Amino acid sequence: MVDGFPERMKNVKHQYLKNVVTLEFVQQKCIGCGNCQEVCPHNVFKLEMDKAIIQDRDACMECGACAKNCPPQAITVKAGVGCAYGILLGKLRGTEPTCGCDDPEDKEGSTCCN
Amino acid sequence: MINVAEKNSPACECGTAGCCCAQSTVIIQPAWIIGSVNTAIGDISQVAAELTKDDMLGSWKCRWGSNFRMNYKVLPGLYAVGNPDNNSPVFVTGNYKMSFDHLRKNLKTLDAWIMAIDTKGINVWCAAGKGTFGTTEIVNRIAKVHLAEVVSHRLLILPQLGAPGVSAAEVQKLSGFKVSYAPVRAKDIPEFMKAGQKATPKMREVRFNLWDRLILTPIELMPLAKYMVVGFMIIFIINLIGAGWAEFLKVFYRTLIDLIPYLGAILVGTVLTPILLPLIPVREFAWKGWILGLLWTAFYIWHAWLFISWKQIITYILILPPISAYLAMNFTGASTYTSLSGVVKEMGVAIPAMLISVGIGILFLAVKVLVGF
Repeated sequence: MVDGFPERMKNVKHQYLKNVVTLEFVQQKCIGCGNCQEVCPHNVFKLEMDKAIIQDRDACMECGACAKNCPPQAITVKAGVGCAYGILLGKLRGTEPTCGCDDPEDKEGSTCCN
Repeated sequence: MINVAEKNSPACECGTAGCCCAQSTVIIQPAWIIGSVNTAIGDISQVAAELTKDDMLGSWKCRWGSNFRMNYKVLPGLYAVGNPDNNSPVFVTGNYKMSFDHLRKNLKTLDAWIMAIDTKGINVWCAAGKGTFGTTEIVNRIAKVHLAEVVSHRLLILPQLGAPGVSAAEVQKLSGFKVSYAPVRAKDIPEFMKAGQKATPKMREVRFNLWDRLILTPIELMPLAKYMVVGFMIIFIINLIGAGWAEFLKVFYRTLIDLIPYLGAILVGTVLTPILLPLIPVREFAWKGWILGLLWTAFYIWHAWLFISWKQIITYILILPPISAYLAMNFTGASTYTSLSGVVKEMGVAIPAMLISVGIGILFLAVKVLVGF
């Protein structure tokens, strides 16, 4: 936003927890279409010699875009929103993690939605 | 009786952002619809590619209040930017007005169609995560707006952040339209189009810079403000009962001062931690908040130690950092890089830690009050 701003704060590479994601990729099934590279918001995949490889597994945020757009279904991931409030709400209601966005009563809790 | 609603022109409807309803059936178009474009199936509303002050004010208000933004929508349907024809590209977005505005302002150098699908007024990313920005709604909307009769090509351009909800192959199979994903930031669309709908890896990457983080803090803070006011009133009344009505002003200031450590802990968790996020050398959001919360507590004690007892110091150390930690942990939901698995793992340790620390703190306070030491 400001010129001369420390390079570390500009386009900083954020890192979350290591070795936790449920991302699984079966390279034998890969047809090299490049969809995963196209849709991933964190450049987890890279195409190398007509096949995809995972170049940064820990950068995965489990959004599920890759799995959803992989034609041979070589990618699986347990997609979900990484939202502490949503997880808490789900636990309290005995459901899957939920933002409560759809719940007209829970307007205050839905800060994650927009 | 004036009926502005043509067959496929999304006319104004009562309750939609920017619309007002006069009596009977006179429907007034919102200010961002500036004309119409004629197509094989009739007139399509043409939208402005410049945002007005009202549009920008609306986006700003969305950052501060849940109630406002949950009703900030446009009617789903087909719209025109510039003067598109049957060969012009089709961009898809949700019907949250902020998303819609952001897209149209970045299409100003193009003649294009915008198909706004019904995401119930939710932004593209969240809707995609929930499936509302999804294959089914896209395919249905294509049919509803008779897209195949408006354009002769069969290409759809989707926002990349809609991908978690959309199977491109399914959309093609069910509608005949091939999906291509435009880069994350709409402002890269002109360059993307010039390069023949190709994006660089940098364009495909989501960022979370200082401004991105800062803009998310008001919405986290606003709901807490209510609780702070109520908390203040309760503590004030308790203090007043103890001191007597004559001491009204003194009690008022006293209560304000009592709340400062808590107010600080809240601001540290909801605003400071997001600001300093990448600089704090731990990965978990809860610990980032806890560390900053401890620093705040130390800072406060350092300034107030002449006025507070050692018992209060212990209580602060036990109760304040968990408050900051909890609020910082909630920022995971607004962040762009936390995985569900990671947050679950983080919470597995952080929640018990917070409960234990606050629990001991409250216990200590209770014992102090009851035993009176």
